[in-house]
Amino acid sequence: MKILVCISNVPDTTTKIKFKEDNKVFDTTGVQWIINPWDELALTRALELKEGSGGKIEKVSVALVGDKSSEPTIRKALAIGADDAFRVDTDPGDSFYVATQLKEIAKDYDIVLCGIESSDYTSSAVGGMLSEMLEWPSVSSVSRLNIEGDDVSIRREIDGGQEIVSSQMPFVGIVQKGIALEPRIPAMRGIMMARKKPLNVLEPIEAETLTEYENFEMPPPKAAVKLVDEENVKELVELLKNEAKAI
Amino acid sequence: MSVLVYTENWDGKFKKLSFELVSYAKAIADQLNTEAVAVSIGNVEEDELKKLGNYGAKKIFNVQDEKLKNLANQPYAKIIAQVAEKEDANVLVFANNFTGKAVAPRVSVKLKAGLAGGVIELPSSLDPFMVKRKVFTNKAFANIKIKSEKKVLTLFQNSFEIKETENAASIENFTPEFSDADFRTEVKEVNKVTGKILLTDAEIVVSGGRGMKSPEKWEPLEELAEVLGGATACSRPVSDEGWRPHEEHVGQTGKIIAPNLYIALGISGAIQHLGGVSSSKIIVAVNTDKDAPIFEAADYGIVGDVHKILPQFIEAVKEVKAEG
Repeated sequence: MKILVCISNVPDTTTKIKFKEDNKVFDTTGVQWIINPWDELALTRALELKEGSGGKIEKVSVALVGDKSSEPTIRKALAIGADDAFRVDTDPGDSFYVATQLKEIAKDYDIVLCGIESSDYTSSAVGGMLSEMLEWPSVSSVSRLNIEGDDVSIRREIDGGQEIVSSQMPFVGIVQKGIALEPRIPAMRGIMMARKKPLNVLEPIEAETLTEYENFEMPPPKAAVKLVDEENVKELVELLKNEAKAI
Repeated sequence: MSVLVYTENWDGKFKKLSFELVSYAKAIADQLNTEAVAVSIGNVEEDELKKLGNYGAKKIFNVQDEKLKNLANQPYAKIIAQVAEKEDANVLVFANNFTGKAVAPRVSVKLKAGLAGGVIELPSSLDPFMVKRKVFTNKAFANIKIKSEKKVLTLFQNSFEIKETENAASIENFTPEFSDADFRTEVKEVNKVTGKILLTDAEIVVSGGRGMKSPEKWEPLEELAEVLGGATACSRPVSDEGWRPHEEHVGQTGKIIAPNLYIALGISGAIQHLGGVSSSKIIVAVNTDKDAPIFEAADYGIVGDVHKILPQFIEAVKEVKAEG
């Protein structure tokens, strides 16, 4: 059995977002790049499953669509413990384009995991699109994943609760927080080994994009906070009622 | 041509979100000079279905089948795409919630329709089709162009005004085509919290951070939420510490919420936290540190100790409520 984790290369979550060229392009100056947090948790869980499988899960791979500048992020995934990696050497375009590229790699796997969204363009679409292109079942908002023999048991978050879902293989799991407690941090040995692990660079296949970004905007600046004295909480509540009309 | 909206139900009922979605679909239909059509999957009574008409749905497709009781991404997407084809839908509207995110991308592939997730406004232009959506976990907006003939949108919650209209909807039972092979997932168990306001539905959310000091000190916060008729939430460190259940975690990697009123108690307001709550209409912050970043995002604030302020806060709300 083989697991593929789709990862994306995103700005560190503390990045101050800026745009350039007339707000048409994301300004990457000074940005630290990381594995998308949900993808990193998915990878961590995939590795835990492999280690606990007694050899049944023979391989965990990662795949990313992006140019050469994303390689440090892939190397980090290898250092964390992925066995090998694929990089489709192209600009990610849009979700449809990315899913089309990933499909070529994913079709050889039994389980494909994707993060529920990427913290940059936040479309929450690649995992779902990929499953449809593969004509595989998908389970989304997965917060726990167990595999025993051929049985897949998934905990899925729903509004106000959770469901336990089983799925046939192959399937796409779209994962969120909870799937693993903490992302794994690469150890020195892992970093050394990562250099020797295969990182396959693939040419993109011909595909189209269905959307494109015209430009970006920052939210309008907020007016300064109105401070109320700590001895006079009632004034705050009255403001909330009469001025803000919020209660 | 038509605009198709998928209206999810919760135990056979619709809620505010459903009416927001229909209102949004109706407004796009008006722009396009066409009609809004809704599709409902699962067991919903006719009276409940009719409610969608009050917000502008001209026709409601009712899909009922014992097999479709629980969400299954693959057959749900198949059915919605079948209705879209039957009604020649140009634009499809979903919620940007768990279900919408699960189903919309699959439908988008079936129809080869470009998808814009988390849209917050009506399209600013129809040709080319341009719409504004949230990006960078709500820290910025993007104007996105959908180039395909068909479009799939997921609407960010609480971003469109609910509008009632004089309109009677017709209900049509729709028998989809699907086979057993479409059901490759199965729901074994459902665990739902009942009798509690859902965080994502709440108009008012009272949230606690590390400044609450310890899990035993949560009672006044819960009381404040109760007197306000709101839900409780927490920051990431609090859920990581296990002080509160992780379902309560709001922020970039937790739940993204957009209530009318968000009250942050003892939360410093790290950028990841703000990503999850910045869409709230009014933000109130209470924190001992006057330089805490939460005050930059807040509309109202008190610099002080939450535990000194909370009892007064609860009393003041009770008084103001009693005054009517």
